Amino acid sequence: MATFHFDFVGPERTLYSGEVTAVQLPGIEGEMTVMPGHAPVLTSLRVGVIVITESQGSGKRIYVRGGFADIGPTTVTVLAERAAPIEELTNESLDRDIEAVEMQRDATEDLQKREELNGQIVQLQETKALLKL
Amino acid sequence: MASLKDLRNRITSVKATQKITKAMQMVAAAKLRRAQLAAEAGRPYAEKMSAVLGNLAGNLVGGVGAPKLLSGTGSEQTHLLVVCTGDRGLAGAFNSSIARLAIREYAQKLTAEGKTVKIMTVGKKGLDMLRRQYRDQIIESMDIRGNRPVDYAFAAEIADKILTRFEADEFDVATLFFSEFRSVISQIPTAQRLIPAELPATDARPTSTAGNAALEFEPSEEAILETLLPKNLTVQIYRALLENAASEQGARMSAMDSATRNAGEMIKKQTLIYNRTRQAMITKELIEIISGAEAL
Repeated sequence: MATFHFDFVGPERTLYSGEVTAVQLPGIEGEMTVMPGHAPVLTSLRVGVIVITESQGSGKRIYVRGGFADIGPTTVTVLAERAAPIEELTNESLDRDIEAVEMQRDATEDLQKREELNGQIVQLQETKALLKL
Repeated sequence: MASLKDLRNRITSVKATQKITKAMQMVAAAKLRRAQLAAEAGRPYAEKMSAVLGNLAGNLVGGVGAPKLLSGTGSEQTHLLVVCTGDRGLAGAFNSSIARLAIREYAQKLTAEGKTVKIMTVGKKGLDMLRRQYRDQIIESMDIRGNRPVDYAFAAEIADKILTRFEADEFDVATLFFSEFRSVISQIPTAQRLIPAELPATDARPTSTAGNAALEFEPSEEAILETLLPKNLTVQIYRALLENAASEQGARMSAMDSATRNAGEMIKKQTLIYNRTRQAMITKELIEIISGAEAL
């Protein structure tokens, strides 16, 4: 099965690096699954979960809060400011995140920014619901 | 001539000092290793970021719609100097060389040219040094808060403050001062322009997009650049903080190493004097006894 190289880097450490068969990304304009030979795209990411399918058929999930994905035919790189493997994620930490964004929203007067942050909160809540499954 | 007791006390005190400097050196060595590891772990992100940015900005430079962070405000009247130092001293010339670079090469020259200089300090020591001369120009100062290793959130906090002030049109050009880590014995005070952003060389294009004009953007290229530039600011500050952390520990290590060596020499010298004095006293006493016996 064809594979490609996937790097997931955070500012403080590299979270994942290896050969994978597919990666599902929460793109800003919708979920997308990247397979080998994908056309080059540079996309922003929203809050969500990245699902990595490794060559051996096993998978891995990483929670991400915004960032970028640089997609090419042979390599995919995700740059994320805040990310954590799903195992390290708990309801409490998500609640904390939601609270932080809510505070940010309440602090700003800018309507457009408020709208944006509102969207983030919804996404966070969706992620939380997803994880309970 | 100092008495034997004085000499003994002096030797004991120098020995105590040596123990402290030795311990500080070892602590600095351990911290230096950690700081270097952190710097290495952060490198892929910074490299990738500048590659993507270089790729994007290459198309937009000189364009009318280029964001202010990239093209500047069109004026160079007000300068913001962001001076990053450590919170603690006893690290050789580490703190003072950064402050000196900021003062001599920038603050004084810019003032001489009639430009306005504003200063933001990160780390207690820089504040202490700049406060004397530039009390009124320091608009913001932050501590590194103890021994805690620097993290990305802290860099983001600094970047946030800079951006807020930039958006409020408080300055036109921002320059970051930190100490670049070359080796344990060599740290180079460096100045880096933050705003307008200094573009990475264009040959640093990411491999996946090299030579491929058909790169698609989601959402638009401009929108991505808008969000990428502030992030790039954070990344550069984070890198500076990491370099600074490594430099500080390196400088402290070599400073403490030479302090330990000096203390060793001092102990040797004092011990020699102590032994000589002791011997002289014994001889003197013997002479007294012998001459006393002879007199009988």
